[in-house]
Amino acid sequence: MDLLFIFELIINGALVGLMYALVAIGIVFIYKSSSVVNFAQGSMVMLGAFLIWSMAEQINLPVWAAVPVGLGLMYVFGLLVERIALRPMVGQPVIMIIMMTLGLDIFIRGLTPAVWGIEPRPLRLGLSQEALFIGDMLINRSYLIGGLAALALTGLSALLFKTRIGIKLRAVSDDYVASWSVGIYVERAIGMSWALAGAMAAVGGGLWGSIQGVDWSLSLLLLKCVAVAILGGLDSIGGAVLAGLMIGILESVISAYLDPLVGSSREVVAVFIILLTIIIRPYGLFGKEIIERV
Amino acid sequence: MFYRLGGIHHTNYQSDRRVLVYNFDRLQVGVVLVLALSAPLWMSKLWLSGYLLPWVVWSAAALSLNLLMGWAGQIHLGYAAVMAIGAYTAIHLGHAGVPLELALIAAGLASAVIGLVFGAAALRVKGLYLAVSTLALQFLVQWIIVHVPAIGGGHLATIQAPPLKVFGLEIHSEAGAYYAALAWCTAVTLFMINLQRTALGRALVALREKDYAAEVIGVNTFYYKTMAFWISSFLGGVTGAVLTLTYYRAVTVEQFSIDVSIQALAMVIIGGLGNIVGSFLGAGFILLAPSIINNLLNWFSGQLGFTLPVAWLTNIQMMTYGGLIVLFLVIEPLGLAKIYFNIRNYFLVWPFGYMKRQV
Repeated sequence: MDLLFIFELIINGALVGLMYALVAIGIVFIYKSSSVVNFAQGSMVMLGAFLIWSMAEQINLPVWAAVPVGLGLMYVFGLLVERIALRPMVGQPVIMIIMMTLGLDIFIRGLTPAVWGIEPRPLRLGLSQEALFIGDMLINRSYLIGGLAALALTGLSALLFKTRIGIKLRAVSDDYVASWSVGIYVERAIGMSWALAGAMAAVGGGLWGSIQGVDWSLSLLLLKCVAVAILGGLDSIGGAVLAGLMIGILESVISAYLDPLVGSSREVVAVFIILLTIIIRPYGLFGKEIIERV
Repeated sequence: MFYRLGGIHHTNYQSDRRVLVYNFDRLQVGVVLVLALSAPLWMSKLWLSGYLLPWVVWSAAALSLNLLMGWAGQIHLGYAAVMAIGAYTAIHLGHAGVPLELALIAAGLASAVIGLVFGAAALRVKGLYLAVSTLALQFLVQWIIVHVPAIGGGHLATIQAPPLKVFGLEIHSEAGAYYAALAWCTAVTLFMINLQRTALGRALVALREKDYAAEVIGVNTFYYKTMAFWISSFLGGVTGAVLTLTYYRAVTVEQFSIDVSIQALAMVIIGGLGNIVGSFLGAGFILLAPSIINNLLNWFSGQLGFTLPVAWLTNIQMMTYGGLIVLFLVIEPLGLAKIYFNIRNYFLVWPFGYMKRQV
């Protein structure tokens, strides 16, 4: 097999992986602040994509306005979810909280098709679809733009943790009671992290929606993103980026070589990565090693 | 009112150790049992095989999952996959000519072994990681069924179930299938009732409450966690086989998708963690809720004079279902069982509500 083909696979895989990481960062945000894994992140991506589509096509906003409005709506949605569903669950066993996010997932997966129908909608963000050649390598242009956007946003969110709000979020993720006692509004900080996760989901939804169309299948991103978050360590943004790159590259290379043999091996790469991570290094690449073993 | 209690009077150990202490409770269980046994006589065939049969089997499934989640306190997001392993094993063995009883046991063992491998991987860690690893089990099993023709019968295939034979007698009627399912459900229920009173059951409860504390007082936590996984997966596998053999009569991969796993989880949590009555109530609620929601919506739209499109109906149904899970968790986290026991405890001492007696 020639080297060029492998490079092509690696680059395109890496770009897709960056977009996985973008969605996974939503999970990391919420886990960092409140130790809850949000199993509704996939469907929040779908909701975000539908909101952006609806702003652009139904309300006829121009693209540069539709995306921020969709983002803002998802920000509010995240705040609402935290206030209505998650806050009453504080102190409940982890089973209940996981069930709550799964319930939310079902709810959103029912809500979006009920409002917007089930047929896939094209989302045009004005990205050109023609192939891009670097040297002799074929690179998917929308992947390139998506990957770069994901990288930029990840950088921004890493910077966010250096600001005043970010320091509050970090304090809350360390210790609720201690944060309370120094005057941090813990509930608001957790709400903020949900809101940011919602906004991240909207960005992810916009990028993914412009590539594969806006429909229910966007919610299937959940498994990939959980794999990315777990491999990176649930509380590390840098880890999520690296894990996203790894999973994206592995998926594209493995599926290119194995698909002729077994067919659609792409779907199980994430599964095996989850399993291997849990067996070998449960706290992920960069996660804090505070897992209890009994 | 019904219980007529002036206090509980035990004069010997035998009465103290009874499972059902009150006469009214015994009467209640007796009535339910008689109704269940005579159901084929007074229930229409549609209701029997369309509603009661799946309720009975799913109750068994909810009970088996409750053993793991309610008693041992471990989460499982891939229970449908465990059931699928059982179902496929039983069907393939049945086609190979193995008697049904042996096929069921083999189904349970296959599920238990595979379930345990995934459980054991995750038992090193807990909570969230267990959830994610069982989620991985779900996707892996689904993928294998779709992509290995020897197991799943090829892409999007449906495998017919072998004829239902119990001890050499072939069962054709709906009533026969119902009785087979009822027998399995009763067996699981009896097992769970007795489990609460054994050393194993107590060890599991200790484990759930606080695993350090359990370890300190000499409960081998790893052994009992493994045990919980093993038993629960075994029961789940047999239940999956019973479900396909008596209800679906054929097996496809969609019957055991991730949504079904969430459904099983919802049965346990809405019913009430660690509660036997709750598992029955939860299974009934989750199975009946969609059709009740549907009928209500149709009735409302009929009243308002317009018809709802079908695609819209299924989505609204899913939305209400998710909304109900959220509502239950916010309003009554202990589930339907808690509501049932609130009512029961109210009537237990009825005119004298100030006596807050709880048994």
